[in-house]
Amino acid sequence: MSDLGELYQQVILDHNKAPRNFREVPDANHTANGHNPLCGDKITLWVKVDGGVIEDVGFQGQGCAISQASASVMTTVVKGKTVAEAEQLFTAFHGMVTGTVEPDRQTLGTKLWAFSGVKEFPARVKCANLPWHTLHAALQENGSEPVSTEA
Amino acid sequence: MTAATGRREPAAAVRPAFDADRVRADFPLLRRSMRGKSLVYLDNAATSQKPRHVIDAIHRYYETLNANVHRGVYQLSEEATAAYEWGRAMIGRYLNVPSPAEIVFVRGATEGINLVAATFGRRRVGKGDEVLISAMEHHSNIVPWQMLCEERGATLRVIPMNKRGELVLERLPDLLTSRTRIVAVVHVSNSLGTVNPVREIITEAHARGIPVLIDGAQAAPHGPVDVQALDCDFYAVSGHKMFGPTGIGALFGKRALLDEMPPYQGGGEMIQSVTFEKTTYAPLPMKFEAGTPNIEGAVGIGAAVDYLRQLDWDAVAKHEADLLAYATEGVSSIPGVRLVGTAAHKASVVAFVMEGAHPHDIGTVLDQEGVAIRTGHHCTQPVMDFFGVPATARASMAFYNTRDDVDRLVAALHRVRELFHR
Repeated sequence: MSDLGELYQQVILDHNKAPRNFREVPDANHTANGHNPLCGDKITLWVKVDGGVIEDVGFQGQGCAISQASASVMTTVVKGKTVAEAEQLFTAFHGMVTGTVEPDRQTLGTKLWAFSGVKEFPARVKCANLPWHTLHAALQENGSEPVSTEA
Repeated sequence: MTAATGRREPAAAVRPAFDADRVRADFPLLRRSMRGKSLVYLDNAATSQKPRHVIDAIHRYYETLNANVHRGVYQLSEEATAAYEWGRAMIGRYLNVPSPAEIVFVRGATEGINLVAATFGRRRVGKGDEVLISAMEHHSNIVPWQMLCEERGATLRVIPMNKRGELVLERLPDLLTSRTRIVAVVHVSNSLGTVNPVREIITEAHARGIPVLIDGAQAAPHGPVDVQALDCDFYAVSGHKMFGPTGIGALFGKRALLDEMPPYQGGGEMIQSVTFEKTTYAPLPMKFEAGTPNIEGAVGIGAAVDYLRQLDWDAVAKHEADLLAYATEGVSSIPGVRLVGTAAHKASVVAFVMEGAHPHDIGTVLDQEGVAIRTGHHCTQPVMDFFGVPATARASMAFYNTRDDVDRLVAALHRVRELFHR
């Protein structure tokens, strides 16, 4: 079970079972939808940005443990960060799960580091990435079209 | 399992019980290991493994027979043509067609259905007409008809199903109207395992003069089909689901209908004569086979039938029924599991959801245990919507699976539960 333990770390199992910030943010000024139609993973993300800072963020959705935990952990991590800092985390997280960048544990922090095992499971990378791409879309374009991480 | 389901009567000879272990030896891939364990392959509804007989036939074709078909005056081309037509005769025999000319080679059941929708459909379906399908169709037997209906201004109607995943045939008389131009239903559901009473549906439709297409992609792997006993007008199968290669399938069509239909694609092979003013078409089945065909595929599907016909299908049916019952019991015994598809008459398919574990997570954990199953919507999104689930996990068994495979599946599912419920 060692490989599985790498993927399904306790943080992930915990956030999957009890997702944080699983709610609509009523005064959100950024929102986007993420949808991987082949998988069926779906997420809606609401972000309230004030003076360049993410004041509040919430999500709702359904999908596998990886996608739901990734969304939940993401909301807890980006809350209180500036938009620029959140984008940096997006880049670092994306690099880590796709295995394209040597991940920096310092930048990512313990909770995001829990997803470091995902890169060993190529079929599941898109699950971990979906919430982050949705956040990126919400912050950049304010999501007109649903985001997908399926090629 | 005969007239009602279109299966041929089993041979009368009494043979010993089916020996799955002996049969497994014919399938080289089943010997490989997966993540340090022996592979348990339970995704047969997606594609089946291939017996040595098929692999060798394709190999031999390229080493000794390869040439283009139906054109050469030299012996090699004649031999290649004979091999290609042998494949047609073999699949025709497996489906018990009256004549091999009524078998059109296609890429798979999907293309077979598209061919009928694009030719028969365009000719017969007009504005205000109706096409009747069922609630458990694969997307391949929904989308081609939807596209046709959109183009022609026709309506797609649907035979409903109940909570067990059985068609509600009481609704059929109302759904077969004076505007129904064709009925297209699945013989065996890929996502639920339901074996539909297609003979009954065909009889009802024919009583009103309506032709019927049967999607047989999931039926053919479980035994020979008798299209004459079914009296269906079209029957589509995929080679790769019945232990043959990918990229080849067969469409049976009654001669009178095939004759009436315009060609599907234009090109070489399908013509009799071409001038810039007019083209006349080749006779059946070449009229529907434009371009150099999949010769290796025809040889492969022929070899698959050649392999399958030496099996004792009565014993196979018993073996698969045992696997189904054993897997149903094993999977249901796991706390929090709900089966999706509990029809009285099922093929060896067990689909389920598990509380607290998404199907994709189940699939990943099982893969670590060397158990390959399919997770997702199985190209039947309306079925998922009907059962109120985004996806299911599905174990689909072939005759080469064993109770040991099922034990490995159930043990792995216990690990899933441990992981997500600790």
